[in-house]
Amino acid sequence: MNLYGQEVASRLLIGTALYPSPAVMEQALQASGAEIVTVSLRRESAGGRAGDAFWRIIQSLGVKILPNTAGCRTVKEAVTTAELARELFGTPWIKLEVIGDDETLQPDVVALVEAAGILLRDGFEVFPYTTEDLTVAQRLVDAGCRVVMPWAAPIGSGQGVTNKAALRTLRARLPDVTLIVDAGIGAPSHAAEAMELGYDGVLLNTAIAKADDPVGMARAFALALEAGRAGFEAGLMPPRDFATPSTPVVGTPFWHAAG
Amino acid sequence: MVLTVNGERQEVAAATVAALLEALGYEGRFFAVAVNQEVVRRARWAETPLAEGDQVEILTPRQGG
Repeated sequence: MNLYGQEVASRLLIGTALYPSPAVMEQALQASGAEIVTVSLRRESAGGRAGDAFWRIIQSLGVKILPNTAGCRTVKEAVTTAELARELFGTPWIKLEVIGDDETLQPDVVALVEAAGILLRDGFEVFPYTTEDLTVAQRLVDAGCRVVMPWAAPIGSGQGVTNKAALRTLRARLPDVTLIVDAGIGAPSHAAEAMELGYDGVLLNTAIAKADDPVGMARAFALALEAGRAGFEAGLMPPRDFATPSTPVVGTPFWHAAG
Repeated sequence: MVLTVNGERQEVAAATVAALLEALGYEGRFFAVAVNQEVVRRARWAETPLAEGDQVEILTPRQGG
């Protein structure tokens, strides 16, 4: 998968939130085989050491960092958060989120396109979290995004791909853009489905972090992505409305010509 | 003067970003700073003055999806 000129082998991007403990997070990230993890920026009190402790674990894993702008609601907040992330992590990568609705965490796609344009002109490599809307995705690409990340379903909902037709259209209309399904994946089969649609990658967090066994689930997702991608590359048969026997008809025993 | 640091109003004597961080005990740690929603790069902490009512954000890496 190509991300702004960088090739990565694993098609899984994984979040670092909601795990039962730092140790389980560390093991799950390792089991996932992911080379890219998402992190956020949050306020640290003067006496606090939470940021330092978390950052030490992430650094020890030797993964690439994809900082996010989670929680930002305006262009200005998102742009400033991105600049702070670049200052802190020394990476031009930014997972750009501008939330438009508190209930669904649906992206504000108008603000998203504007913020993406500002950041791209400033040298950022933007990974925009967006809806499945084709025109918005095209506007993001027009602005210079080489990666677009449509949702499968609302963040943390675990519903899987709720608008398969739209995701298929996005893939068909943007064949040269790296497309990553971000948010809404609940099961390994959902991730496999996204890969079978020809998506380049999947970004998820809750489905692994909130599993009974996050380490086992991380492994399951790694296998699902591999299977789904292999299936896509092998070329899926088109669905048909009628049955077609798979076993040869010729030579069927006890068969008698009519009459 | 009174500043707002991470959303909380505080009375401080520090005249620069670097002095504020040191006074609050942030010295030498991994974080980024914004004043009034503008990033202040680490190299400029010592020379960036603070004024009455400034909004300072001090941020570290944290779990995220």
